This record gives sequence, C-alpha cells and structure tokens, in this order.
Amino acid sequence: MDSNSTSQHISHKFDEEMEGLRNQVLKMGGLVEQQISGAIEALQTTNAPDAEKIILKDHKVNALEVTIDEACTQILARRQPAASDLRMVVAVIKTITDLERIGDEAEKIAKMALSLAEDDVGFHSRYAGIRHLGDQVKRMVHDVLDAYARLDVDAALKVVRDDDDADKEYQDLIRMLITYMMEDPRKISEVLDVIWAARALERIGDHAKNIGEYVIYLVKGKDIRHLDLDEVEKDILS
Amino acid sequence: MTESLATKIDPSLLSASPGSDDAEACMDVHNLNLFYGEAQALTDISFQMKKNRVTAFIGPSGCGKSTLLRCFNRMNDLVDSVRVEGEIMLDGKNIYAPDIDVTSLRQSVGMVFQKPNPFPMSIFENVAYGLRLQGINKRRLLEEKVEWALKGSALWEEVKDRLDESALGLSGGQQQRLVIARAIAIEPEILLLDEPASALDPISTLKIEELIYELKSQYTILIVTHNMQQAARVSDETAFMYMGEMIEFGKTNQIFTNPAKKQTEDYITGRYG
Repeated sequence: MDSNSTSQHISHKFDEEMEGLRNQVLKMGGLVEQQISGAIEALQTTNAPDAEKIILKDHKVNALEVTIDEACTQILARRQPAASDLRMVVAVIKTITDLERIGDEAEKIAKMALSLAEDDVGFHSRYAGIRHLGDQVKRMVHDVLDAYARLDVDAALKVVRDDDDADKEYQDLIRMLITYMMEDPRKISEVLDVIWAARALERIGDHAKNIGEYVIYLVKGKDIRHLDLDEVEKDILS
Repeated sequence: MTESLATKIDPSLLSASPGSDDAEACMDVHNLNLFYGEAQALTDISFQMKKNRVTAFIGPSGCGKSTLLRCFNRMNDLVDSVRVEGEIMLDGKNIYAPDIDVTSLRQSVGMVFQKPNPFPMSIFENVAYGLRLQGINKRRLLEEKVEWALKGSALWEEVKDRLDESALGLSGGQQQRLVIARAIAIEPEILLLDEPASALDPISTLKIEELIYELKSQYTILIVTHNMQQAARVSDETAFMYMGEMIEFGKTNQIFTNPAKKQTEDYITGRYG
C-alpha cells in the first residue's frame, strides 16, 4: 500500500475521532515548536523572565501527552483499528512520547538560560554555534511535523538523514566549548551550562528523527528503526 | 551516535515469522472458476492452503467465500446449474477429476455449518454415525473413538455422563462442538468451517476459537467468517474476497497491519461501502 486512503470510514464518528487525534498531535507539535524557539531565544538573550515562562509552560505539553494517550487507548479499545488506522494510532502513541521529551529538553535549555542569567554572564560570542544548531533542530522538528501532517515519506526520510548533520554540528560545538574551558578555567561553570543546552538541542534532533521514523512506519507499514538508511531508501522509495 | 557505533540489524532476520513458511502445501487451487448457470460466482481463484494451518476467508456478503468453501468438499455439486472449471489438488490429485469418489472425499474433508445441526439422536449416536457408515460396529471400538472425538472437540467432560441423552438438549455452543466431534471422529484431513460461531454467544465463540487453535495441530482448517476480528485472532493466513475474486491472500499478520491492496485495506478498516 503506497498511500493511506483518504476516503471516509463508514462510521463518521470514527472519522471524527481519528481527525481529532491528528489535530491534537499537531497542536502538541506546535506548542513544542514554540517552546524550542522561546528557549533558544531566552538562552541567547540570557533573559530570565522569558526563560521562566518556558519552564512554566512545559506542564501544558505534558498535559497534552496524557490527553492524547487516553484518546489513543479509547480508539484501540472501542474501534479495534486495523491496517493504516492501527499504524496511525501506534505512531501517535510513540510520537507524543518523543514530543513530550522534546518539551523537556526545551525546558532544560530554558533552565540553562536562567542559570546564565543568574550568573549575569551574558551570552559570549563563542557560544554563537548554539544558534546554528538550534536553528537546525528547530527546522527538523518543524519539517517532521509537516511530514506527519502531509503523510510525506520523502520529507520524513530527509529529517531522519538530517540528524547526522545535527550530530556533527553538536560535536563541532562541543570541541569548541571544551577548548574555551581549557583556555579559561574561570569560565568552566558557565560553559558547562552552554554544553548542557547544546546537548539538549542534540537530543531534540534525535527525537525529531524518531518521529520521522514513525511517519514512515505509518505511511509505508515498514519499521525502519536501526536499519541502514541507504537500504531503506531503496526499499521504500522504489 | 557515531557511524561506527550504530547498530545495524539485518532486515531479513526481522521478517521471519514462526512456522508459517515451513508448512507444506495441503491443497492447491488452480484457476478455479464457478458458474451458477450463466452467472459467474468465482473468477480465476488460485492459492495454496498450508497443512496444519488455519486459513480464513473474509469479504462482504455475496463475495463468494462460502461458495469457494463448498468447492473443497464438492457440496456445490448438489446445486443443479453449477459448473466448475479449474483444479483443486488434494494430495496431488484433482478432486474434480471424474474418477473421484465424492463420498470418500467428504470423509477427508469435513464440514461444519453456521447453524449447529446435530442429528435428532443421542450424543453418542451423533458422533458414532459416521463411524458406523465406515463399517465400524464393534461397541468397544465405537466407544473409544467417540470418547476420543469428544475429547478432541473439548466436549467430553461436559457430556461424558449423559452420552445417551438427546443431542438436542445441549446448548448452542455445545451442539457446535458436538458437530465438530462428529466431523473429526472419521479423521478427516481438512475441516471446513462456515461461520461456525456466528450463531453463538461471545463466550462460546471464544471457546470454539480456542478449539480451532488446538485442532490445527492435527487438521488443516479453512474458516469462512464475516467477523474480521475472529479471522485476525484464529487464522495464520487470510484471503480477502470481493465479487467472486480473491483480491489478496497473505499472512494474517501482514493483512491486518499492512495489506498490499487498497480494496483489502478499505474493507478491514471499515471504509468499504
């Protein structure tokens, strides 16, 4: 089966439930995207009030995870979904776990921003690499949610591949930050905060990649986790 | 994270499902076509039924699944205007060959219907009936075989103390298990079940399904059902039929998680119609 049927279920109520589920996931995704943006901004401006807002808002992300999980359980119990419907529900259950983790990572970044703000150190120009990594993973999250919304396998696969670039970007940034710490040991405490923030961004990239894998499973019915990407591409895009 | 540490799993290891691929073929259907007079009810059906496996036929009303089922014991012969083309090979022989003894075929290929149909006799006599037809009339041997069959259909414990009572006094679920005992008493190769649990309550249904699971170690089973979840629960392989054609045939796991054909997908997700 190449594409999911967009035709209606005989049961309109079932249609509504599935549509509702989809919308909830996109809502959670949108919220998580805002959290990432806000956290990176707060880090770069070392703005404490902004950072606190992000930290407080994380409970909304968590609440959505619980709501959507419950909705999925209900659908499984009452509808016994099969084939693409089943894969959709399973993919949603997995996706919201990763989205909730992304929310947690954004919260961590905001906490690092708060720490820097409290130490009153400002955002050194040597930390500029964080912006680039931040933009990269922000784009990955946005693109993967887009891929989910449009059930686009090509777009999902691109996000899965992009994680390699994000990992490399992270490695480069860490090397630079370690050098900075060695050059000026007084800065170690502050640089560590930035390293934790960078780590959180790298983890966000991993979660976005996971969601990409779920989208491919949802559309193609193939579980590509832990497989060689070149083989996968040949298999699912042929 | 780094390339060298990434674990790569060999995909071929993931696709092996226990058992199914190793089973030998039991019945081979080649280009089966069936006509009721001018009307074609089955079109170009070809597939293989595996030994000691359960194969389910699903599809909307009128798709031909019961008609197809009745081909395997030539029950369709009893319909005047019926004409069959193609072959059904059982143990290497075409069951539609002119020299086939149909009575003997129907001993090898037993059938259970939707509505339980015990004979108006005692429980014992119901099960012994087919054995007597085979020429067995020594009481001791009959008793052994009847007990064996009733144990095989998970009914023995419930009826062992009232074998001489009328079968019509049993509940629906018990009657259906009696009918199964009657079928297996004459040791068929294949069991054809035409919606065997449709007339039963949910608990009896699950008991029949459990029985099917136990029976498949000794028999090859074909089941027609309009209950998709039942097909998903009991069968190893599933065939989806539509308007007399077999649209898709595959492992049940595959059919219910990722069917190849859109029509199959539409039917099992409730988009059909």
